[in-house]
Amino acid sequence: MNWLNRIRPKGPTGTPSERSNSVPEGLWKKCPKCASPLYRPELERNLDICPKCEHHMRIGARRRLDIFLDTDGRTEVAAEVAPIDRLKFRDVKKYKDRLTDAQKKTGEKDALVAMSGTVKGIPVVAVAFEFAFHGGSMGYAVGEKFTRAAKLALAENKPLICFSATGGARMQEALISLMQMAKTSAILERMRIAGVPYISVMTDPVYGGVSASLAMLGDINIAEPGARAGFAGPNIIEQTIRQKLPKGFQRSEFLLEKGQIDMIVARDQMRDRLSSILSKFMHLPEPVDA
Amino acid sequence: MNLNYLSFEQPIAELEAKIEELQLVGNDNDLNIAEEVTKLRDKSRKLTESIYNKLTPWQVVQVARHPHRPYALDYIQRIFTDFEEMHGDRHFGDDNAIVGGVARLNGVPVMVIGEEKGRGVNEKVMRNFGMPKPEGYRKALRLMETAERFKLPVLTLIDTPGAYPGIDSEERNISEAIARNLATMSRLKTPIICTVIGEGSSGGALAIGVGDKINMLQYSTYFVISPEGCANIIWKTSEKASLAAEAMGVTSDNLENLGIVDETIPEPMGGAHRDIDSMCETLKESLSRQLKDLSAIPMDELLETRFERLMSYGSPE
Repeated sequence: MNWLNRIRPKGPTGTPSERSNSVPEGLWKKCPKCASPLYRPELERNLDICPKCEHHMRIGARRRLDIFLDTDGRTEVAAEVAPIDRLKFRDVKKYKDRLTDAQKKTGEKDALVAMSGTVKGIPVVAVAFEFAFHGGSMGYAVGEKFTRAAKLALAENKPLICFSATGGARMQEALISLMQMAKTSAILERMRIAGVPYISVMTDPVYGGVSASLAMLGDINIAEPGARAGFAGPNIIEQTIRQKLPKGFQRSEFLLEKGQIDMIVARDQMRDRLSSILSKFMHLPEPVDA
Repeated sequence: MNLNYLSFEQPIAELEAKIEELQLVGNDNDLNIAEEVTKLRDKSRKLTESIYNKLTPWQVVQVARHPHRPYALDYIQRIFTDFEEMHGDRHFGDDNAIVGGVARLNGVPVMVIGEEKGRGVNEKVMRNFGMPKPEGYRKALRLMETAERFKLPVLTLIDTPGAYPGIDSEERNISEAIARNLATMSRLKTPIICTVIGEGSSGGALAIGVGDKINMLQYSTYFVISPEGCANIIWKTSEKASLAAEAMGVTSDNLENLGIVDETIPEPMGGAHRDIDSMCETLKESLSRQLKDLSAIPMDELLETRFERLMSYGSPE
């Protein structure tokens, strides 16, 4: 910090671009896609979909489950699962400290939240990735919590729904995180054999080890509009093939065209569409609005 | 610099060059030269031993990627008999980065599947440098399901810089191909033995790496992201790959401690490429013993043990 900053009166905080926005911080948000200034309370009512361009903004895990599940009868699942630094990994910073920072920032123990509840009356188990926690990366805690949620779904014959948002495996847990791919795939295979539905909903973004395990193994694979999902990130591919990628590459619309997902579902349609599908899988009457 | 040797092996290369020189100038009757050669040979052996006894993780990665290191087909040709290679995923094409087929191990019929990097420029290109595309993993899956039907144990040889990161791979859903293999291998009704023979890079390695026994050759390596990739993310330069290799614990001793690897198969002094035949003998002995052990276990028990082990990954002891 230089001397000028020390004597200058404390002004508004935030990055220069945020400040030059000339709207009061907190009440207004700029759409990252169309740049329209949006009134936050209205945006929230609209489930964080831009009312101007329908861009689906990233939302946290708890909010995701909150707007998906019915209000009553929710119970958090496997809340006790916490990350373990088995390798005592350290680079420029200790992994342990990175975890503490992420926990403070998000209020979560790790990057996955799991709940049992109902969707329009249909009993389900639902999990959601917290992208703000270490890029939603999967290490032991994420793999373990996902597996426990799947085991609960299997034991109680309830469909499992997963909302993923992740950069992939967590490299600070090295091969332990790679093995979470095998672990989560193995429990999903048990569900498949037992005939308990699993729906994978990909939200922006889904890459790497999560894409190559639990995200692509749904009985139904769904993506939100404009979400990006793939195995290798666009930068890696461009470096490998030394050419620019086509427009829309790895976006939901591309995934649908290439046969990788069943449908694109907008956030405000998620409850209706999923409950309608699940009611058929579970041989229940078509759900009605309460 | 002698390109047959890695940078940290150059002192050995110098000694070997001296030995070769002496042998060229000396004639058969010259006892002094013969004596000198014997001395130098002894010195070279000791030097190799001292270098290899304290390899850093990053040096192990380099040995694992040595251009002369034996590849899957080198092992298949020497360890197995009557190998019949099978091709294609039945949907899109045949991927030469993965080879597989039926063969015999000590007379016992098995299915063997390996990732093959290819030797020489033309073969490397033909095999895409050992980077499989979706059709490669789907061929492997087809062969594994064939093995299950005909009650053949599956032996896999892992050696890849990773699944191919390209437009076509993504278009044909490489993620699903890998994920499907993980899911199916977790419950395939036949013994599976996986051996990392060189470079086990991330999901591309794991896609043929779920089984009842996981082996690593002594100087092979297994990681979730390449040390260069990890260094690029953390230090913004691949120059720090050695630090990344250290931090991630990419060698078999670390992975045995974590319960991820069952057995480290010792290599000849100086690495598998220094004595391919003896390497093959050691590997064959281990595979035969493990196969015999696994075949004695009732199928239900085998599958339950495999599943419970998958469930335990990362759990505190």
